[in-house]
Amino acid sequence: MLNLNIDGKDVSVAKGTTVLEAAQKLGIDVPTLCHDARLKPFGACRLCIVEIAGMPKPVTSCTTPATEGMVVKTNSERLYRLRKTTVELLLSDHPNDCMVCSSSGDCTLQELAYLYGIRENRFVGEVRDHSRIDHNPFIIRDQNKCVMCGLCVRVCDEVQGVGAIGYSERGFEAKVITPFGHDLDCEFCGQCVSVCPTGALTGSLWSGKPRSEGVVKTDTTCTYCGCGCNITLRTHGDKVIRVESASDNHNRGWLCVKGRFGYEFINSNERLTTPLIRKEKGAPFEKATWEEALDYVAGKFTSLQQQHGSDSVAGLCSARCTNEENYLFQKLFRAGLGTNNVDHCARY
Amino acid sequence: MNSEIVVSVCMGTGGIAAGGDMVMKAFQEEFAEAGVANATVVEHSRLHKVGCRGFCARDVLVDISVNGIVSTYQYIQPDMVKRLVSDHCIGARPVSEWLVGDDYHTFHDNQTKIVLGDLGKIDPESIDEYIRVDGYKAAEKVLTTMTPAEVIETVKKSGLRGRGGGGFPTGVKWGFCAANDSDQYYIICNADEGDPGAFMDRSVVEGNPHAMIEGMIIGAYAIGATVGYVYIRAEYPLAVDRLHLALKEAKEKGFLGEKLFGTDFNLKIKVKLGAGAFVCGEETALIASIEGERGMPRAKPPFPANKGLWGKPTIINNVETFANLPHILNKGADWYAAIGSAKSKGTKVIALTGKIRNTGLIEIPMGMPLKEIIFNIGGGIEGDKLFKAVQTGGPSGGCIPQQHIDLPVDYEGLASVGSMMGSGGMVVLDETDCMVNISKFFLEFTQSESCGKCVPCRLGTKRLLEILTRITEGEGKEGDIELLQELAEDVRDSSLCGLGMSAPNPVLSTIKYFRHEYEAHIKQKKCPAKVCNKLLTFFIRQDMCVGCGMCMRACSVNAISGEKKQPHKIDNSLCIQCGSCFDACKFSAVLKE
Repeated sequence: MLNLNIDGKDVSVAKGTTVLEAAQKLGIDVPTLCHDARLKPFGACRLCIVEIAGMPKPVTSCTTPATEGMVVKTNSERLYRLRKTTVELLLSDHPNDCMVCSSSGDCTLQELAYLYGIRENRFVGEVRDHSRIDHNPFIIRDQNKCVMCGLCVRVCDEVQGVGAIGYSERGFEAKVITPFGHDLDCEFCGQCVSVCPTGALTGSLWSGKPRSEGVVKTDTTCTYCGCGCNITLRTHGDKVIRVESASDNHNRGWLCVKGRFGYEFINSNERLTTPLIRKEKGAPFEKATWEEALDYVAGKFTSLQQQHGSDSVAGLCSARCTNEENYLFQKLFRAGLGTNNVDHCARY
Repeated sequence: MNSEIVVSVCMGTGGIAAGGDMVMKAFQEEFAEAGVANATVVEHSRLHKVGCRGFCARDVLVDISVNGIVSTYQYIQPDMVKRLVSDHCIGARPVSEWLVGDDYHTFHDNQTKIVLGDLGKIDPESIDEYIRVDGYKAAEKVLTTMTPAEVIETVKKSGLRGRGGGGFPTGVKWGFCAANDSDQYYIICNADEGDPGAFMDRSVVEGNPHAMIEGMIIGAYAIGATVGYVYIRAEYPLAVDRLHLALKEAKEKGFLGEKLFGTDFNLKIKVKLGAGAFVCGEETALIASIEGERGMPRAKPPFPANKGLWGKPTIINNVETFANLPHILNKGADWYAAIGSAKSKGTKVIALTGKIRNTGLIEIPMGMPLKEIIFNIGGGIEGDKLFKAVQTGGPSGGCIPQQHIDLPVDYEGLASVGSMMGSGGMVVLDETDCMVNISKFFLEFTQSESCGKCVPCRLGTKRLLEILTRITEGEGKEGDIELLQELAEDVRDSSLCGLGMSAPNPVLSTIKYFRHEYEAHIKQKKCPAKVCNKLLTFFIRQDMCVGCGMCMRACSVNAISGEKKQPHKIDNSLCIQCGSCFDACKFSAVLKE
């Protein structure tokens, strides 16, 4: 273990821990914009700078490994000034449209502007104008709001292994871009949307939907597959308006395209809410209760097996069930109905 | 009687641009022709290319040596070759009016040449020429008689510091790298010279590529690297070609490849072309670029010496650092440490440019006062104007004013006045240079070359540039100087890499030494050096104007009127201060105030 002192408090951390992690262990709040504990440190936003005794200049705590005997200061007049300048610079090239931004209330930059009390901006100047609209079904890319934290590029590369976006241009013109600047054409997992600290990347499905007023958050489990990712549904009234996932879940906040964007079926008129039984060939489906439906199926199985033997029936289960459910299903067929005719959609 | 004739034509990029290749061709043709008349001369004459010898302003430079007596000619063009061959080569009568003058010798005699020693003397396209001047002897000695630890110790003792700009002691860095336990080590030569006006590394690669390669072999052996890379920018086509040729020749001689000099040591050197990003001179960005990533710097630590290319311990040194090594290993650490100043040993190659008589490439012992460089080697200010400042260290350096003219040029000296050694650029400025404009010029460069990764550099340099532009256009406000200073300090203190940390230097140093010029721009709306057009009023001196109409045709807003052969006038309510009339007038009748 390494022992260091941060803001007058001693802390012991394992080798390989960063100064930022050590500070967080002590409950010290260090501002960050480009950091995500799930990704490799990047050191771009320069907000998590700290002063370390013996070092001539402030260093980013997210990239600096803790060493034995290190004495760290996370707050000082100098650090405050540098951080404030950084936030002010970011705001000098950012549309001031929080009123109509779908990330308002969920935006790190907005929060920093508030914390540093930036009303007037000393650095008013040219602002970028990325007027190109990206025509894709799921993600709204508003590059004027991009702070170049690189989280989207890194999550796409490091977590998703896709690399659908990268950087181009230099200096003030530097930007995150798709190959050749074409419309985004990826698997639309939306991981980039989930890590974007501003309104640069948002989900088109929740654009124009309530942001906080009357919004209820409910933790639940995604039903799309056996993984059972933890998700949080944002609902307004009886409608699901957005799906998100917290980073401390077992799935670390990562979701796939279905889990993140495939929720509209919940409020669909075509959604089945009761079992349906077609009693005769060519007859329409009739609504039934679960008891009726299960009795009907059990009765049919029994009669078919009596007439044609136990292998005359087969069961197909779903990847949307959990492992436990799939186990029970095959058990029902093998032990209960006496047949090995059991399969699973994910085998196809 | 057999007379030995050697003709050397300067064929670095500068020499070729001035017509060196055509001069070379003319010599070949003349020799072929003269061969009929005087076979003896041709038989014993040699004609070869040499790299840059430094005095680029006088190109094409040609050395003619007859029986060992060398004469140097300047400004040679192809049509002059016939006479040189007939009079000098054959007739042994040098053409005195074309010979270089005393200033050529003052330029060279005040220098101490180690790295540039063989430039201009040997043919860079022939490994035998390099071997003739003891080339690869140091590498052979190192590999066959010394241990890696001894090599590192020698380099440490010599006091050699990184010539790329950082000035970190080379031997110490090697020691850090060698101390890692790894299955692979890499050595990289940084030839990604990107400062505007700098051509030190290019000249060395063009003029003596084997010295750099030999340095790399020595470094590779010291740290245990079996793979090396030369990262060189693609805009240096001649240097790239000569480098490839040199690597091929070295491999054929057994100086590269497997079992070097009969030992068990192997070294393969690969060439990686850079696409011209200034930031790729920063070592972590350079590594990212070799790995195929976008050239963006990474945070240090980990330092490349511990975790560099492909995550393995890596040493990056620049061309000049490597080119020093064969000399240090040949002549010993004590010899090298005796040259230079207390903490900066050896020599420094400098690209001397700007408002100076003798522009070119020079090599001085560390610690030489600025004054000697500018007024002895450089021959003083062009046109006898007044010296104002000297900008050192490229776009990231600072401007040093008259009051520090006695400053010793070494790492400590330059840093003490808010500038830096950098890779060795030196731009001399005179009284006609506006310091606010100079500062703007360098910010334009660093701003557009920022990789865009970190906020202070991406946006801070942009805002600095905007404020400077505002001031030079007469829109400066009370408080702008203080704002510039604050922002410059914040960018310097919070940027990720050397580019952002040093980009504010031109702003800070010009405010420090030339604050009055900023104030004149902001308060009096005047540019004292008469450079910033938006702050000037243009008018035509009636007694000087001949009415040629050149200014009228140059004016894009029809602000100039006048009859033919009658003095013209400028309507200042229409004038947009573009300065076209000033440039167009051949009679100095257009004035700006």
